[in-house]
Amino acid sequence: MSTQPKIKVENLKLWYGDFEALHGVDLDIYEKEVTAFIGPSGCGKSTFIKTLNRMNDLVENVKIEGTVELDGKDIYKKKTDLNLLRKKVGMVFQQPNPFPKSIYDNVAYGPRTHGIKKKSELDEIVEKSLRQAAIWDEVKDHLDRNALSISGGQQQRICIARALAVEPEVLLMDEPTSALDPISTAKIEELVAQLKNDYTIVMVTHNMQQASRVSDRTAFFLNGHIIETDTTRKIFTNPSEKETENYISGRFG
Amino acid sequence: MNETKEKIMHGVFLLAAVTSIISLILIVVFIFTGGLPMMLDYGVFDFIFGTTWNQTTFGILPMIVGSILVTIGAIVLGVPIGVSTAIFMAEFCPPKLYSFLKPAVNLMAGIPSIVYGFFALRIIVPWIRNSFGGPGNSMLAAILLLGVMILPTIIALSESAIRSVPRSYYSGSIALGATQERSIFNVLVPAAKSGIFSSVVLGVGRAIGETMAVVMVAGNQPIMPRGLTQGVRTLTTNIVLEMAYASGQHREALIATGVVLFVFIMIINTTFLIVKSRGGES
Repeated sequence: MSTQPKIKVENLKLWYGDFEALHGVDLDIYEKEVTAFIGPSGCGKSTFIKTLNRMNDLVENVKIEGTVELDGKDIYKKKTDLNLLRKKVGMVFQQPNPFPKSIYDNVAYGPRTHGIKKKSELDEIVEKSLRQAAIWDEVKDHLDRNALSISGGQQQRICIARALAVEPEVLLMDEPTSALDPISTAKIEELVAQLKNDYTIVMVTHNMQQASRVSDRTAFFLNGHIIETDTTRKIFTNPSEKETENYISGRFG
Repeated sequence: MNETKEKIMHGVFLLAAVTSIISLILIVVFIFTGGLPMMLDYGVFDFIFGTTWNQTTFGILPMIVGSILVTIGAIVLGVPIGVSTAIFMAEFCPPKLYSFLKPAVNLMAGIPSIVYGFFALRIIVPWIRNSFGGPGNSMLAAILLLGVMILPTIIALSESAIRSVPRSYYSGSIALGATQERSIFNVLVPAAKSGIFSSVVLGVGRAIGETMAVVMVAGNQPIMPRGLTQGVRTLTTNIVLEMAYASGQHREALIATGVVLFVFIMIINTTFLIVKSRGGES
């Protein structure tokens, strides 16, 4: 475990209009670890993950205070290059959202966006990304098929491949398996365990077992606060806070 | 009691549906029985490919070519403007401007075609006469006019096609570090292409069917079109210009012109249906 956090969040507050969704969140996210966010619905964990690549900028009437540092640089500074930020901090969404294009074009979209035009280079990136997302063998013979024509679990892995194709440093996953069946879920969990060798992964999950299976660190969210954050083992075996213990043991949520 | 009421209402709705279908059937029967015998009698080939039209010779190729050229011109002019406007309205337009622009486009769709024609006659025709010479009443005038007249159709349908693309495509593209422009032009617009194409097909239908506005500015000579600044006659205007005084075979020839127009419209609508059903698949 490295000591310097990859992402350092300090006193982050977020409002949707008048509603304060995050009340001053502090969190360190470490390199090449899986950090899981758990907590009941509406506790702010999805809102929080979207502040890490500034996807909340797309929502109207959002106000954000505090700092989010990526490698020591505040991403909420005015002159932040948002496209570069989102290239470095990739995202996989709750609902698989491949573009209505071929599998190949989906994965090649990111690299093309960032200026890669050569066919041979793109071919290489597409294959590498699909292999990393553990879906190459299933789709290699029909890369020209529409990505919407494959199963939901496959679509989600295409989306992971698409995110990996731009070589991000951090991969944000917002409940990536909540719309999937158990077999697809298991595949994605396996994949996450693989990917953490190369990437820093942040994952929101509704499923506590999933957090305990795949993550190194867990943050427990409740009502827009982080109640407790620690190693996953500690959180699930010996939490410091009463509320964490209640949630983990299924007394609410 | 309720059951009887339901049956009666069922009957009322059925009657309404049947009425519109019957009127369609009657129209088809009327123009085909009115026009087909003349075409067969005169010779279908001579009628469709004949280049001379006068009181006794009925070749409508000039009008077919005229309709097609005017329609192509209107599409070439109207589609880029209309689709760009739709993209602007769906994605870039500030809300304040939108609240003005949207009703304005709707109003454009509601202006009677005779008003468009009058506008073109007073503004476009003299401008063409002064700038390019010739009579002013010309194919170019008809094209400019129709290019404007198809805008509301193209804008409204394209805009709703773009708006109906799931927002998750847009977020997906933004999350990969793409700019707003790239996300719109490389993801949203391609995803809306079947809807945009349908809007173009409907625009074609509107352009080819337009009569009153065109008759005011097109020059209307029943000869093969000779250039943008020269006059042109379309299928629709051919009918409206001569129907009032036509009789005998001449009258039948005009109805037969309607048959040809009808076939064009059927081809366009079939294309529209095919495009729509393809769009539904993906």
